[in-house]
Amino acid sequence: MPRRRDEMVPDAEFRSYYGQPVIKQPIWHEPHMPTYLYLGGLSGAAGAMAAAARLTGRDRLELAARMTAFAGASAGAAFLVAELGRPMRFLNMLRVFKLTSPMSVGSWTLAAHSGLTGVAAGSAVTGLLPLAGDAASVASGLSGVAMATYTAVLLADTAVPAWHEGMRELPFLFSGSALASAGAAVMLTTPRAQAGPARAAAAAGAVAEVVAGGLMERRLGLVGEPYRKGRAGRLMRASRVLTLGGALLATVAGRSRALTALSGLAITAGALCTRFGVLEAGRASAKDPRYTVVPQRDRLDAGRPASVPGR
Amino acid sequence: MAERVGFFTDTSICIGCKACEVACKEWNNVPDDGFVFRATSYDNTGALGASTWRHVAFVEQDGRWLMSSDVCKHCTHAACLDVCPTGALFRTEFDTVVVQSDVCNGCGYCVPACPYGVIDRREDDGRAWKCTLCYDRLRGGMEPACAKACPTKSIQFGPLDELRQRAEERVERLHAEGTTEARLYGANPDNGVGGTGAFFLLLDEPETYGLPPDPVVTTRDLPAMWRWAGGAALALAAGVAACFLGRR
Repeated sequence: MPRRRDEMVPDAEFRSYYGQPVIKQPIWHEPHMPTYLYLGGLSGAAGAMAAAARLTGRDRLELAARMTAFAGASAGAAFLVAELGRPMRFLNMLRVFKLTSPMSVGSWTLAAHSGLTGVAAGSAVTGLLPLAGDAASVASGLSGVAMATYTAVLLADTAVPAWHEGMRELPFLFSGSALASAGAAVMLTTPRAQAGPARAAAAAGAVAEVVAGGLMERRLGLVGEPYRKGRAGRLMRASRVLTLGGALLATVAGRSRALTALSGLAITAGALCTRFGVLEAGRASAKDPRYTVVPQRDRLDAGRPASVPGR
Repeated sequence: MAERVGFFTDTSICIGCKACEVACKEWNNVPDDGFVFRATSYDNTGALGASTWRHVAFVEQDGRWLMSSDVCKHCTHAACLDVCPTGALFRTEFDTVVVQSDVCNGCGYCVPACPYGVIDRREDDGRAWKCTLCYDRLRGGMEPACAKACPTKSIQFGPLDELRQRAEERVERLHAEGTTEARLYGANPDNGVGGTGAFFLLLDEPETYGLPPDPVVTTRDLPAMWRWAGGAALALAAGVAACFLGRR
């Protein structure tokens, strides 16, 4: 079959087995998985904010960030366990540590982060062991930045074209979204006079999220199509509008409680739309054999077949 | 460690009898996977999955009918095994890849990791399942049920080196006889999964049979992924710091 390929125009012609998918679609459920991705990001970035607040002596903001980090990690862990086909076996995740499995690295990261945020929150609520609580709060900054970014590797380390090929931008998309989510949550739970850094985080994170998402869709070309089409496309567009709108509101809300609340809700909704959209785009890109076959066939036709150097 | 074994599936002599599918189901007690009338060809099985470990593809073309029995590839670099967070997936002494069903917690990560779409989760039992290359039979010194049941020797079982050599000779012979479209799929140890333990002789492009033309083990790129994520983590830390550095 003659094949003509142009850099910019994806070839419409490719062969498949009755149009069936080549790879399996991710089986992770909604709302469990995307909500976990959101909560993990929220908790992780909130941990980083708590550490920064502790180190710069912002007590009230730190309390809000601490509690947000703990709530996000706890709720996220519950969603993650519910996602397992055998929830009673969730501890099996901790019987090995495998660097080749982002899920394994993530389980240990979540365990450490939940523990630290739990100690920090417990100390704040009970007033016991304040030094341990402060130390845990600062340490949750480190586990937090890992929490907020490992999930991008979790998705990219699959055969799903829209995820695997997005390996560069996905971590920035998720960490930006995490910063925006945590900024929004802490901004809503901190008195205005002390919430300045949270507002700044919400706005900066929102901009980073939108820029990373846009760059990814542009760079991926054909494989980025699932982020623009159908339900995933609608979710990604909604995310952009909500996130940027929320960021704008955060910067102009001034003393208005109502506008601040609206901003926080819009950013949160935007972050959720991002996670649901990315999951859906992955599904769509696995379902249509085009996204699997065409790039691989192009590689072969160009005389650059895949190999695994050094293994 | 025993010698590495595998399958050479020579689709040029497959007659599409599906004896392999039946033998696999019976020996491994694999439950039914639904009774779907697909209305495409003689294939109502559809695809490999949690309860389909051999799948015979039928491709009706002008003047010929392609039939091919697909199976787990038992990759040299197996993505399912790499990403499994519990260690349920492991490499056996025969260099095959098997799920320990008493360890699998049903996280589902292996499912989208497989570049061939082989492994899947049974939703009623919550665990991931796939071909074991009849691990129990191998340990008993027997060949896998599908190879045993194949009436045309389209499915051949044996030491991988031997199978590869036999396959090369078979391709040469087919070429000499004028079947120039015959080609091996998965036999090359330099491909994107380091070669497969189950490889094929095909009579058309792999994608025609529903196989990926140039699959890659996703974990090949994992070091790069961790580096990009590390960069994002640093950026996040710097971003948070910047937000807190301003005036009180």
